[in-house]
Amino acid sequence: MKPPPFRYAVPTTVAEAVGLLVEHADAEPRVLAGGQSLVPLMNFRLAQPGHLIDLRRVPELDGIRLDGDTLVIGAMTRQSAVEDSPEVALVAPLLAEAVGFVAHRPIRNSGTIGGSIAHADPAAELPAVALALDAEIVAVGPDGTRSIPAAEFFRGPFSTALAPDELLTEVRLPHWRGGHAFVEFARTHGSFAIVAVAALVEMADGRVARASIALTGVAPVPIRAAAAERALEGAVPDAAAAADAAVEGLAPASDVHAGSASRVQLARVHVRRAIERAVSRAQDRR
Amino acid sequence: MTEKHRITVTVNGRAHRAEVEPRTLLVDFLRDELGLKGTHIGCEHGVCGTCTVLLDGRSIRSCITFAVQADQAQIRTVEGLASGPDLHPLQDEFWHKQGLQCGYCTPGMLMRACEILEQNPDPTPEQVREGIASNLCRCTGYQFITEAVVAAAGRMRNEHPWDPTRPTAATTVSEERP
Repeated sequence: MKPPPFRYAVPTTVAEAVGLLVEHADAEPRVLAGGQSLVPLMNFRLAQPGHLIDLRRVPELDGIRLDGDTLVIGAMTRQSAVEDSPEVALVAPLLAEAVGFVAHRPIRNSGTIGGSIAHADPAAELPAVALALDAEIVAVGPDGTRSIPAAEFFRGPFSTALAPDELLTEVRLPHWRGGHAFVEFARTHGSFAIVAVAALVEMADGRVARASIALTGVAPVPIRAAAAERALEGAVPDAAAAADAAVEGLAPASDVHAGSASRVQLARVHVRRAIERAVSRAQDRR
Repeated sequence: MTEKHRITVTVNGRAHRAEVEPRTLLVDFLRDELGLKGTHIGCEHGVCGTCTVLLDGRSIRSCITFAVQADQAQIRTVEGLASGPDLHPLQDEFWHKQGLQCGYCTPGMLMRACEILEQNPDPTPEQVREGIASNLCRCTGYQFITEAVVAAAGRMRNEHPWDPTRPTAATTVSEERP
């Protein structure tokens, strides 16, 4: 199918883009980043925005830079640029590993970091990465700029803390010096995750100094496995016990891709694998 | 009818100026406005890859890209591969190794293979398999496609030492369409 008609604008600054969101608030405006989720939805007429605001000509939204100890990725930075970036590999290796699971290279050539996070697909990889890393998500609206912790950003499937007239402008990731791992179960390479796990582990003297574990595919939004983190921290790592703690109380919905019990078991196995890999890498890095 | 937008798109070295509705997909623009029917339409939601073209050197899905998003861009399509009667090494090897049966996926496979070889002129079969995982073929089982891409890579390294700045024959044309 083809999309129904819509109006289209190409602003060149963030201020102009926000102004267009405000001006066309009654026309169901949508921001167009890479379009790799939005345009399929429009082709199937599942989304019918009246006004598209294309951000591809806003140079301030593109690029990867270091701000002290924080990696700052502009919202319009292509996923393939993140994949190829030596800075990302060094400062946020979890993101570098996870982005390779986002669809396929031709999709990542168009798809953006900000687009994936703002779209908040419950099966997407990058929201879980943002959550595991305690990323700060920066938004600009008519009232100015605010920074939203990832833990408060994802509200439900395809639903975020962004107001309709706010624009996601950048994602800020703290430098992670410990071990990391991103593991995923999907039907085929490049498909959406059925279950995915992002794990970060920092080791000191054979014990876990700090752990952060985020899961995709077991709840309407990506979640942190706080019980597993508590089980790990301060102790000699026991990945199997932490994995049991991670899935305690989970009740994911069944859908056409996997039943609830399957998702729990997949989560248990993949949390264990992610922790084992992150611990092993944390030990290698020391 | 919404207002049309004026765009300039360079396709296989030839600049085209056009007025398009914002909702016009790039693949429909290429096929219906420019008459370049080599780029195929399959799933229309970015999954199958037969609509793959190169936009500023990167492979993209033209079925989930609006033509207005390609304004000022350089596009390469399957029509840009051969120079006159001389097939591009990739096309030639797809022919010799039988890297196609029905041919529906072929234009997308060829353009994706172009990008793979431009980024890595000497890929292993495993790297080719990983690379073309983005594109679906329901006939060949991918084995002959992989063999064709590896064989073409060898020929391209030997016949035309790789130079990312060197335009292909088809991209040196620079005439206006009447």
